[in-house]
Amino acid sequence: MNAPLSPLVQRSHPGRWLVPSLALLVAILVIVSISSGYAAFDVPAAAADWLAGRNTLQALVFWELRLPRALLGALVGFSLGLTGAVMQGYLRNPLADPGILGISSAAALGAVIVFYSGMAGALSLALPLGGIAGAAGAALAINLLAMRGTGTLGLILAGVGLSSLAGALTALALNFAPNPYAALEIVFWLMGSLTDRSMDHVWLCLPLMVIGWLMMLSTSRALDALSLGEDTAASLGFDLVSVRLRIVTGAALTVGSGVAVSGAIGFVGLVVPHLVRPLVGARPSASLLPSGFAGAALVLIADIAVRLLPARPELKLGVVTALVGAPFLIGLLFHHRGRG
Amino acid sequence: MRLAVEHAVIRLGGRTILDGVSLAVGPGEFVGLVGPNGAGKTTLLRLLAGLITPDAGRVTIDGRPLDGVTRDERARRLAAFFQNAGIGWPMRVREIVALGRLPHRRAFAAESTADHVAIARAMAVTEVAELAERIEPTLSSGERMRVLLARALCVEAEMLLADEPITALDPAHQLDAMALLRRVSHDGAGVIAVLHDLTLAARYCDRLVVLDRGRIVADGAPATALADDLLHAVFGVTAERGTHADGGAYVLPWARSQQASGKTRP
Repeated sequence: MNAPLSPLVQRSHPGRWLVPSLALLVAILVIVSISSGYAAFDVPAAAADWLAGRNTLQALVFWELRLPRALLGALVGFSLGLTGAVMQGYLRNPLADPGILGISSAAALGAVIVFYSGMAGALSLALPLGGIAGAAGAALAINLLAMRGTGTLGLILAGVGLSSLAGALTALALNFAPNPYAALEIVFWLMGSLTDRSMDHVWLCLPLMVIGWLMMLSTSRALDALSLGEDTAASLGFDLVSVRLRIVTGAALTVGSGVAVSGAIGFVGLVVPHLVRPLVGARPSASLLPSGFAGAALVLIADIAVRLLPARPELKLGVVTALVGAPFLIGLLFHHRGRG
Repeated sequence: MRLAVEHAVIRLGGRTILDGVSLAVGPGEFVGLVGPNGAGKTTLLRLLAGLITPDAGRVTIDGRPLDGVTRDERARRLAAFFQNAGIGWPMRVREIVALGRLPHRRAFAAESTADHVAIARAMAVTEVAELAERIEPTLSSGERMRVLLARALCVEAEMLLADEPITALDPAHQLDAMALLRRVSHDGAGVIAVLHDLTLAARYCDRLVVLDRGRIVADGAPATALADDLLHAVFGVTAERGTHADGGAYVLPWARSQQASGKTRP
């Protein structure tokens, strides 16, 4: 953000302690997330049972319910935060978010098609696989469209077009839903949630996300150079076509698999880089890892909150992040209005 | 280093932007690229920087085709200054200047002593050292221009390509910037700058290359390159000439010339 940093913050090197302390925070939140739920739960005992291979109820709850939910919260949050920071840096736009290229919408569409076709009942992972297929299609389309020109404006326009198309097709599927319950189920799923996920979901998205993270992190120096424009970045030796391919593909892998397992969780990727920048400065590469960990922390906190809030039925995670994120976005718009 | 284009042709959307351009620049030369708007100056500069490939002809570094040179080597040997994209993020001035060291640094490596020295030197010669901790949006356009020039200088390349490096500067800083570019070239690097101010170009450059409608129409010492008939034919102006008390000759575009040849521009 534009607020001048205090001299103290400028002089110290927050990068040294920020990432480890955020990682520690995420680890603590994972444990808190495991221990929070509707039934009293002894985390150390359950973990010990599970490690020792004892087939107790506690071990089962730990492995089948609590652990996947906490891990997915961290993984999805890290993906959203990192992708948001990469997209903002790459597109030189502080209002860019992980879904700006249409990948989230396309992943949601893929999952909805699976829902609609009834395949979801046949195979428990059909839904996330459909989402991943949707994201892959989107990444392919974006890369093909972007091949015609190089500018990032074309990329944004392609993303807007793809988002609208995927949104329209999702609405079409809802329109043709065989019965109101099917439509309701789709709508609830689209709201985003980490409830009732299994370790299968974790194993499905973990490798895709890690590959996507590495692809995006590999562009960090290019993102710094791109802050002076594409000509300067190219003159500094960066292959902008390769950078674009890595970013689009990496975003599709992380956001696509994230949406596939959790539905759409909005605003985290948009907001987190702005929370991180006052601590690390505006250089795009400096905000990547901190944004990832901060995103993980934010999603875990929101997911703990939905279980602690008295509202029943449980609020959807995406609803909570949007409720908190939207006012922040409005504030951001006002903040940037003066800059033109 | 000797940077050359040979018979380069660039076409864009059916229009020929560069039409058989040949040019070679060696170390220690300060070459001004001048010409009316739309003559192809910036395109030629981007071609020399390896950012675009010609439809015909080629670009060479020391006789080797530029597309046979790795990106890393090109980035270390050829620095390019572009200011049209601005600075995308409110970064600190020193961070912006340090971007010029990216071709010399490995991924995730900290700045070396050579990096520190190059950054400090570039900031000193462009007089932005006192701005080091300032944040980009607080800079005036002249300060921003000098910061970007420091960024380009801190690559410490053998050839510096600069697109309109003095456009947003006040007269004092224009003189400083031209003197600086001349000093850079006399220290051994080649400098090619797109310039609009014919007076300053003629006064500071060793050599002027005049582009008109995609062709080089003059290439030589300023006094010969900017002859009266060329100023009339290419720029559509007449110029006052004179000699300052210190012995330096100057040329000053003074009035639009009469539209006799029909070649003057609207």
